[in-house]
Parts: sequence; C-alpha cells; structure tokens
Amino acid sequence: MKTPLDSLWGTVISGLVLTLILYWIVKTALVG
Amino acid sequence: MDIGQFLQLGIGRWIHILSGIMWIGLLYYFNFVQVDALKAAAADNTAAGITRHVAPRALLYFRVASVATWLAGAVMLGSHFFDAFLFRTPVLYPIGVGAWLGTIMLGNVHALIWPNQKKVLGIVPADDAAKAKARRIAFLASRANTMLSIPLVFFMVMSGGVFRTQMF
Repeated sequence: MKTPLDSLWGTVISGLVLTLILYWIVKTALVG
Repeated sequence: MDIGQFLQLGIGRWIHILSGIMWIGLLYYFNFVQVDALKAAAADNTAAGITRHVAPRALLYFRVASVATWLAGAVMLGSHFFDAFLFRTPVLYPIGVGAWLGTIMLGNVHALIWPNQKKVLGIVPADDAAKAKARRIAFLASRANTMLSIPLVFFMVMSGGVFRTQMF
C-alpha cells in the first residue's frame, strides 16, 4: 500500500502539515 | 552563570546541536540521497559498494549521534525534564512537544530502523521475504523520522527566548 511517505514531496508536505497542527494545538493550549 | 549552568546549558547545547546535525544530516542523506542512489546503483550492479562500505558506517554514526543528541537534550532540560515531558508547565509546552518528537524518533532509530537494516545489509541472516519486509519497515520508519524532523526543528528553534514569546 502506497503512503504519502513513499515520496519525498509527500514526506515534506506531511511534515509541514504536522507542524501547523502541532503549532495550533500548543498555541491554543497556551491561550486557554 | 556558575560552572554547572555553563556545562548544562552551554556545553550541553553545543553537543546537542553538533550531534543533532550529524543525526538529522545522516537521516536526510539516507532519505534524499541514498534511497534513489541505491535504485540507480542496482540497475548497473554497483549497489554493493553502498550497502557494504557506505551504509554500515553511516548507520553507526547515525545511531551514536541519535543517542548523544537525546542525552544532551535531557541534560539541558535538567530539573525541567518531567515538567516538559508531562506538560506540567505551560512555558515548557513547545519544548515538550519537541522533546516528545525527538524521543519518538530515537525509538524509531533503535526499535525499527536499525534492527531491520541489519537484515537488509546481511548483518543478521534473513531470507529474501524477510529482507523485503525489513526493507519496507526500515524505509517507512526512516521516512516517518524525516517527516517528524520538520516539526521537531520548528519546536526546538521556537522554544527559546524571544522566539518563544513571539511565536506562542
């Protein structure tokens, strides 16, 4: 089964999306 | 600053960054260079040079650097270690996320990448089916670490001083 991690672009984009998600979670936790 | 703080926060950070460069640098070498190089080398029967002479050395420094990076990071956290990992103190949330990402990556190196690479490289015996399975697991774990390194470095560089107060 192919995953986004099979391609370098998929890996980098997944990392950037994960960064945004974790940043939003931490920012929200600090404000709340 | 006393000598203890100098060693913990100065020398500790220095070792953390030096070993982190080696760890993530080799991780990027594997993912951005070696994977495609091996495919090309397999086509003209030159892959043995990489798998016999390059990959084992790179994996040795990769494994040692991952441990050194994590230990130096733990030294820097010092008495804040559990506060960061357990998210007890809001000001440590950003570095806590970074510390967890680094710890997951360290686990990937020693529980998934290295045991499976040993089968792929023939360091431990494995038949062709076991090698193919090990190659896929090591590849995905390595790619997962490459993905995780992106938020990892973000949270490391945004966790200190003026960056933390401006970003979080």
